[in-house]
Amino acid sequence: MITLNRDLIVFAAVGSVIVLFLVIPVITCLAEGGAYISEAASDVDALDSIYVGFHAGTVCSLVSLLFGTPLAYFLSRWRGSLSSFIQSIIEIPLAIPHSVAGIMLLLAYSSRSPIGSLLSNVGLVIEDSYWGVVFAMLFVSSPIYITTVKAGFDSIDVEIENVARTLGASRIKVFLEVTLPLSLKHILAGFILTLARAVSEVGAVMVIAYYPKIASVLVIERFLGYGLRSALALSALLALISLTIFVILRLIIRWK
Amino acid sequence: MALNYRLVLENVSKKFGEFRLNNISFKVSKGEYFVVLGPSGAGKTLLLQVIAGIITPDSGRILIDGVDSTRLPPEKRNIGYVPQNYALFPHLSVYDNIAFGLKIRKAKREHISDKVREVSEKLGISHLLDRKVKSLSGGEAQRVALARALVVEPKILLLDEPLAAVDPVLRWSLRDYLREIHRMFKATVIHVTHDFTEAISLADRIAVLNNGSIEQIGTPQDVFYRPKSEFVAWFTRTENIYRGYAEPVGSGLSRVRVGSLEFTVCGEYRGWVVVSFRPEYVVVSRHKIRTSARNVIEGVLTDYMDEGALVLLKVMVNEKMVKAYITRSSFSEMKLRSGEKVYLYIKASQIHVIE
Repeated sequence: MITLNRDLIVFAAVGSVIVLFLVIPVITCLAEGGAYISEAASDVDALDSIYVGFHAGTVCSLVSLLFGTPLAYFLSRWRGSLSSFIQSIIEIPLAIPHSVAGIMLLLAYSSRSPIGSLLSNVGLVIEDSYWGVVFAMLFVSSPIYITTVKAGFDSIDVEIENVARTLGASRIKVFLEVTLPLSLKHILAGFILTLARAVSEVGAVMVIAYYPKIASVLVIERFLGYGLRSALALSALLALISLTIFVILRLIIRWK
Repeated sequence: MALNYRLVLENVSKKFGEFRLNNISFKVSKGEYFVVLGPSGAGKTLLLQVIAGIITPDSGRILIDGVDSTRLPPEKRNIGYVPQNYALFPHLSVYDNIAFGLKIRKAKREHISDKVREVSEKLGISHLLDRKVKSLSGGEAQRVALARALVVEPKILLLDEPLAAVDPVLRWSLRDYLREIHRMFKATVIHVTHDFTEAISLADRIAVLNNGSIEQIGTPQDVFYRPKSEFVAWFTRTENIYRGYAEPVGSGLSRVRVGSLEFTVCGEYRGWVVVSFRPEYVVVSRHKIRTSARNVIEGVLTDYMDEGALVLLKVMVNEKMVKAYITRSSFSEMKLRSGEKVYLYIKASQIHVIE
């Protein structure tokens, strides 16, 4: 049995202030809004917004998986200035206010921009569209996926890959047969974290695509238009769904 | 001719950060057990990775069976590699670890099964095949890593400090085991280590690597008893190494003055040299005896170190320390104590001169 070192009790006591600060709002929201969750569950607009949010979030996570996994591997294995430079670029969205990120995306990819006009030719218009929601989510959440998966690749001993290569496997084969199975936990964790971050996005989504409305935007709209009570039911339902995702994430991380 | 050798390195150089492998050249014959000996940071692992193709050299050539393989990727070289931490695949069972190389080669299932069982039997690990690699002990993990490398019948087996991660008791039995494996599989082995006793007990030939350069290549006898540099003498624990001024004295002998000490050595030398002799070549007595040894030195025993079967004596002679090994039983019989006068005898032929 592990006993708590008495010297550490002081640190635990001071640190508990921030734990309480984080936990109390979640518990309060669930306690006060819990009674109204059934109300939100029968609200068509609320359910539609949750569906759109999770659908777009899943697409955003899949795009991150498809393009972010090879990038994370490159960043993990290439030790050079190019790798550091790309790493810095990836972290930019984490440092920018999300409303500003929305403005940036609008300037770069709206149908009036050179790239946006090309995208609109293939049916990808981002202003007030489903794809606008995906773009906004991807911009703010893909760095989380890349960082999480890169940490997974970093944790694999490179000598394991070296041995696999001497046994006759090409670099791609090693990646598929050795590296991917060993980093599956990080890839799943990255996917779920990206999904959670994507569905909770508000700022960038509101700038690019107010419609179709996603749940987090609907919460803001109801709060600003009708007050706290109107936003409570959907907030509690969203909090419950997010907590469920969080619990699944913790189980995946602890899974051996 | 390069064709007669399994591996030839010609002036291989590689800059790796601040470190550099400098013009490494050597040849390894088929079936030879070749040990690269050097201290930590000498570039031993880098050298193995260059041979394996994991790292490409900046210049020089690597020939495997006479074929230029310098730019060949690791998967095309058919070289077995056992890194220091064994690097077993943690997501696979012992069986699947050993079978990995055969599966990559798309061998038939029956062939894979037969080969895995054959190699496992030879290495005495048949009982481990269903185990997860995380449950293996250090010695078991090493055998599995060896089986995984040997099952694909590699042209060369590279071993990176294979005995460094096991405890000293197990190290002795694994040393015998490696010798047995070498005989059984008729493998060409390149083994890197910092342990000179490991090198002397396993190697057909030894290359001493220091700071990215090879200092000497030769048989264990050459390296240990005829070191070509002061570093090799020091690293192989020659213990008695002195700089002195040499002058010929006739009859094919020279005298080397080391401060107030004088050594008579075989060969004609003139100028500054380094003389070295191993402590096991020094004969010790309490009283002066008649002997054919040309070097008879009187000194005072200042300290001794019990090393198990042998005792290392530290004898002060005219402000210079001379070290000598005697057996434990001789030490007991002579009843030696610190501060006592002793006589040391060293044959001229057993003093090595580095010019």
